Amino acid sequence: MQIHKTRKFDSKKHGLHIKLKTSGLNLENNSRVGVIGSGPAGSFFSYFLLDLAKRVGINIQLDIFESRDFSAPAPAGCNMCGGIISESLVQTLATEGINLPPSVVQRGIESYTLHMDVGRVVIDTPLHEKRIGAVYRGAGPRGIKEKKWGSFDGYLQDLAMEKGAHLIQARIKDIGWDDKWPQIKTSTGLEKEYDLLVVAAGVNSPTIKLFQNTDYIPPDTTKTFICEYYLGEEGVENCLGSSMHAFLLKIPRLEFAAFIPKGDYATVCMLGKKINKELVQSFLENPEVKSCVPPDWNMNHKACQCYPQINIKGSKKAFSDRIVFIGDCGVSRLYKDGIGGAYCTAKAAATTAIFEGISAHDFKKHFWPACKRIEKDNRIGKIIFFAVGLVQKVRFARRAVFRMVIMEQKNKSGRKRMSMSLWDLLTGSAPYQEVFWRMFHPFFFIRFFWNIAVAVFPFKRKRFQKRTYGYR
Amino acid sequence: MGTGELGRVYQEGEVIIRQGKTGDCMYEIQDGKVEVIQEISGKEVRLAVLGKGDFFGEMAIFEHDVRSATVRALGEVRALTIDKRTFLRRITEDPSLAFRIVERMSHRIREMNRELARLKT
Repeated sequence: MQIHKTRKFDSKKHGLHIKLKTSGLNLENNSRVGVIGSGPAGSFFSYFLLDLAKRVGINIQLDIFESRDFSAPAPAGCNMCGGIISESLVQTLATEGINLPPSVVQRGIESYTLHMDVGRVVIDTPLHEKRIGAVYRGAGPRGIKEKKWGSFDGYLQDLAMEKGAHLIQARIKDIGWDDKWPQIKTSTGLEKEYDLLVVAAGVNSPTIKLFQNTDYIPPDTTKTFICEYYLGEEGVENCLGSSMHAFLLKIPRLEFAAFIPKGDYATVCMLGKKINKELVQSFLENPEVKSCVPPDWNMNHKACQCYPQINIKGSKKAFSDRIVFIGDCGVSRLYKDGIGGAYCTAKAAATTAIFEGISAHDFKKHFWPACKRIEKDNRIGKIIFFAVGLVQKVRFARRAVFRMVIMEQKNKSGRKRMSMSLWDLLTGSAPYQEVFWRMFHPFFFIRFFWNIAVAVFPFKRKRFQKRTYGYR
Repeated sequence: MGTGELGRVYQEGEVIIRQGKTGDCMYEIQDGKVEVIQEISGKEVRLAVLGKGDFFGEMAIFEHDVRSATVRALGEVRALTIDKRTFLRRITEDPSLAFRIVERMSHRIREMNRELARLKT
């Protein structure tokens, strides 16, 4: 049973009077916070915790433990991710006063090109504005020729340090408990005790195994594939432009794949079941994929590649007294917008720690609902991806989707229900729940079934084919 | 517009929002400057000049009313649109997202009070 008591802050200590109903564990003046990992979740948490602490007038000593050097190319500085900052996250960060600079954003994405075996179609951003950012989490792939852009993770780390965070560049060797306080031991021999320990180590770090004997339940994961191809700035511009190329192809085990244009490189991301070399090869050899790369392109000339794990079902318990798990090692968004998920959980943990407390009860009451909201949305996302999988399997359904998007893109004034649903689904710009309800709108259904009927009848299809480029 | 620049570029003199029109978004200036103008009896009065990191058009998000002023680009300006729907959804989930906007609006009221006091004396 939790005992609640009312604490009164000392005005001389804290600069203001606040009455807080707490569970007894709070961050106070000169409290120490340790953050494991300086990916987006760790840096967002540090940034917002220090910002909120300043607003309420308390001083926090915050250490970030990160072994990677984000100024180094290849795995030494990379957190293995496709590197897309979604439209909604770009807007939210701008509202927070974090405007992503062109020195970090390698390319602003202004459209999505949807590739299917029945043709390809370009879906423009709703306001014809570049609101999606393609970034590198580290300094770039292995053997990068020239460093023209900075690391996204490095940029966020710098923002956290500007707020007062202290970076400790060391690997975590052990996590212990000294009485009731969590303790960190590093490979350099450093031992530190904290009032609050925040774990933002992702799902690919060995650090997460240090929590095996605790009541933390790690998330379920699946393997993905990410690789980088050097095309040169001109090659990227000519072949991909500022459009993200998404592929809905009928390849067994492949759920989704994309080509993301960056500065000098193109990033290939693949999601699917049991991704291996054969699946990667069958995707890269697909004619639709080959149509958007230079003719002399060699799929074996990869600059860098990895098979990172991603979170597909969140942790069932990601908090305890004085400890909270955020980002991928806690709860994240399904398949898309992992950085957006990191932002949401980091912000929820920071506001809970500052305004409510740092006990398991506080995290359960104030942090966990934000995680559960993401998990609930992910369950709806699974239904949508199941429906997309069915469309991928049936040719006339693919034709109907293609036809509906083409018609919507031609009609400038009408509502673009299919285009917007695909846009939000592929970019991760809106919650899956919103996409779901849009897809269940009666007008969406009527139009979709009409297009299925048209796609099935050869006479109608021929007339459409004459008027539409790329329809097969 | 550079490959890594987000938002949209407005040219010198281009009107970004017009007084009296309805709007469902606000803007965050990424680069450049804009002038905020109010038209009173056919005359233009410049209320403010905003620069990088400032936002405008936020009243349309919180009020069901038309734009209270015209905002025009001073030179080349790059601005990012923030949708009303996205913003309100996020603010419902996380009210602390409004801190910066409330802070800036409070700062503007403080400036207006100062200006009002100056005009009265």
